[in-house]
Amino acid sequence: MSEESRVAVAEIGAAQDDFELLHAKSPVFYPVYERKSDLKQQTHYCPGCGHGIVHKLVAEAIEELSLQDRTVLVSPVGCAVFAYYYFDVGNVQVAHGRAPAASTGIARACPGRVVISYQGDGDLAAIGTAEIVHAANRGEKICVIFVNNAIYGMTGGQMAPTTLVGQTSTTTPWGRRPANEGYPIRMCELLATLEAPVYIERVALCDNRNIMKARRAIRKALEIQRDGGGFAFVEILSPCPTIWGLDAVAARNWVAEKMVPVFPLNVFRDRKPEPLPDGGPEPRSLAEVLEIEARAAGDSSKIRRASHSFETLTVKVAGSGGQGALLLGQLLAEMGLREGLEVSWLPSYGPEMRSGSAHCHVCLSKERIGSPLISHPDVLIAMNEISLRKFAPQVAPHGLILYNREKLPEDFAAPEARLVCIPASEIADKLGSTKAANMVLLGALLEETGSLGADTALRVIEEKVKKIELLNTNREALEAGRQFVDKEVWTGAETQPDGFAG
Amino acid sequence: MRQLCKGNVAVIKGAILAGCRAYYGYPITPASEIAESAALMLPQVGGTFLQAESEVAAINMVYGASAAGVRVMSGSSGPGLSLMQEGISYLAGAELPCVIVDVMRGGPGLGNIAPEQGDYFAMVKGGGHGNYRNIVVAPASVQEMAELTMLAFELADKYRNPAVVLCDGFVAQMVEAVELEDREAVAPDKPWAVKGTAATRKNLITSIYLESDELEAHQRHMEAKYARAQREEPRHELYQARDADVLLVGYGIVSRVLRSAVEKARQEGLRAGLFRPITLWPFPEKALVAAAARAKKVLVVELSNGQMLEDVRLALDGRVTVEFYSRVGGNVPTTEEVHARFATRAQAAA
Repeated sequence: MSEESRVAVAEIGAAQDDFELLHAKSPVFYPVYERKSDLKQQTHYCPGCGHGIVHKLVAEAIEELSLQDRTVLVSPVGCAVFAYYYFDVGNVQVAHGRAPAASTGIARACPGRVVISYQGDGDLAAIGTAEIVHAANRGEKICVIFVNNAIYGMTGGQMAPTTLVGQTSTTTPWGRRPANEGYPIRMCELLATLEAPVYIERVALCDNRNIMKARRAIRKALEIQRDGGGFAFVEILSPCPTIWGLDAVAARNWVAEKMVPVFPLNVFRDRKPEPLPDGGPEPRSLAEVLEIEARAAGDSSKIRRASHSFETLTVKVAGSGGQGALLLGQLLAEMGLREGLEVSWLPSYGPEMRSGSAHCHVCLSKERIGSPLISHPDVLIAMNEISLRKFAPQVAPHGLILYNREKLPEDFAAPEARLVCIPASEIADKLGSTKAANMVLLGALLEETGSLGADTALRVIEEKVKKIELLNTNREALEAGRQFVDKEVWTGAETQPDGFAG
Repeated sequence: MRQLCKGNVAVIKGAILAGCRAYYGYPITPASEIAESAALMLPQVGGTFLQAESEVAAINMVYGASAAGVRVMSGSSGPGLSLMQEGISYLAGAELPCVIVDVMRGGPGLGNIAPEQGDYFAMVKGGGHGNYRNIVVAPASVQEMAELTMLAFELADKYRNPAVVLCDGFVAQMVEAVELEDREAVAPDKPWAVKGTAATRKNLITSIYLESDELEAHQRHMEAKYARAQREEPRHELYQARDADVLLVGYGIVSRVLRSAVEKARQEGLRAGLFRPITLWPFPEKALVAAAARAKKVLVVELSNGQMLEDVRLALDGRVTVEFYSRVGGNVPTTEEVHARFATRAQAAA
């Protein structure tokens, strides 16, 4: 008899010397249930309820395996909601059905600890079906104690997912009708279809022999946790005399006669826990992972403080998905950053990325940027005709439009902005990759506006493009764009003086 | 050193610098890059990333990890946050700290994936059942996506309460320069946590208090810490507000548009200013009253049907005319559009 139990016995006034105590309460139980509001010496469970037996078996297994200081018990919503009244282990009470999810969070935060998810049938097999199936499927290192009594106890006798066909409850007043409620769900069989669980067994509290089987099953599930863990699941068919309207003995018999035929007792899975296949990354430093570059003293090689001719330059890049419009915008932002500017890049996002149009707004500024949304861009790079027609009218009066074609559509009413047609896709195609059209346009933009340094562009491309052939194509495309504007530019008849000189 | 970074990615960078090593989430546009960044980065720094089977499971995994004392987070968008509300209520009731990012998209229902600010009520006023509050911060830039995520972790631990980073699709999808320091925050000791150790064996995490008096006492305790947060945590930013005749009020991406509208107005000689709440709960009421003291008019702009508007009106309590301009459905007003709302009227009045 443990010292704590002796104290407890003393507290309830029993004379210790009058009898020999053969079955003392496990020290894994609190000697007195201080967390209860009254009747602190007894549980809240009804006489004959299976929870009392299961609690005892779990406590004794924890005791025998010396796991008391390693265990976290997760109590559910249902009759076992107050399991923490009794178990002197770490306790976490959770939402209805979510014990496997909460246990996942605990087990992963505390590797090497023993996490017990204690759940009833409504909790586990109805509202929490998704959580138990996926915790099992991931092979979470938790021990699940599933008390199946074919009824909702705490809420007063409603149908459970495991309620038997024909069994009456307050919500199946004519008995469970498969045509209306379906059949009782067999969780062991269902979970046994999954690969990851290491141990799945169904036991029943219908007689002493079976209670001892339950005892061994619970102990085994906890041993698995002690030895490094794996998903272990013990379903316990359990009497609920109060709701079933039977006395304790009749309720036990009902488990054997009515439940066991529907929920056969069996070991559905029993294999040695082994580490599941893993292929995670090597650890790296925080700075590496977060791409925080050390600020080396005197290292200004990355930033070129250019004397930009503009206060703020806004660019809209638009095209069809896959043309690299968004990437072109990002490169512009990256270049602006390298040249010491404030930058923002705002994309159209979502399904648009997958088909149809894609556009982005780029803002480069010497000042803190207010709205990253550009209503009247200084520059529009239109990579297709739709983009040209859609966005050209928005371009600022002194702005620039770069259009990815040899000439404008015939019926296109040119806006006030300066227009440059450049067959970027064709040029890129000749260089070996149509995808480099965005680089041709970038080259044209740099040459046309002088807004950002071509050397910055080269440096950014060199850093971003790792494949050497691709890098060469991109370099050539950038240069081709510059050359084209330099030599062959087609401009509208009434061009505006461009505002980017410098 | 500054680096270019997407808002959603900055959230995770900030979280890691805040000492967060656990992320449980479920994909949803426009928040998915948060989960993707967590999946990429956390395992490399010894952390846990898990894609849960649902947002319901994710928030309860967060509950478990938080109960075990680690800094943990999740991220989603409106529909996912709706699913998490039960869990958030439990977290608040059990006094468990965590950070949840809500990248607001168009709603209700499936709505669309474009930016909106329609989750203000759900996040700032509650949304889950029972008497509780979320601490809510509202970033307006990529830098703040990182910094306010870090702040959210600090406040969550300080008050043992969920903290929400409430942003819109634009701030989340935007790329800007951020500056991060290679210095990790140290989380406070959590002697209340349940870790499966001898030292934490007597600990209990729960939100159930069966006795009315016990639950009342628990709620009074929560109210007291919320009152403290209201005293100590309101944060805001002012721009050109000191002499403003028209005070614009907005948060998140809207505040950026309003800033540009203020600049435009000032160039025309119109005295406009900006008040930007950085914490939405606690709402910076006193600062707003002070900022609006000499304004002739306050104009609230939101991507909602007038949700923060209620808090502005409550704070100002009829002291000054409060007007409202709204765009919803994923539309974000342009600078010119907002400017036209107050400039013409101000000029007409002048």
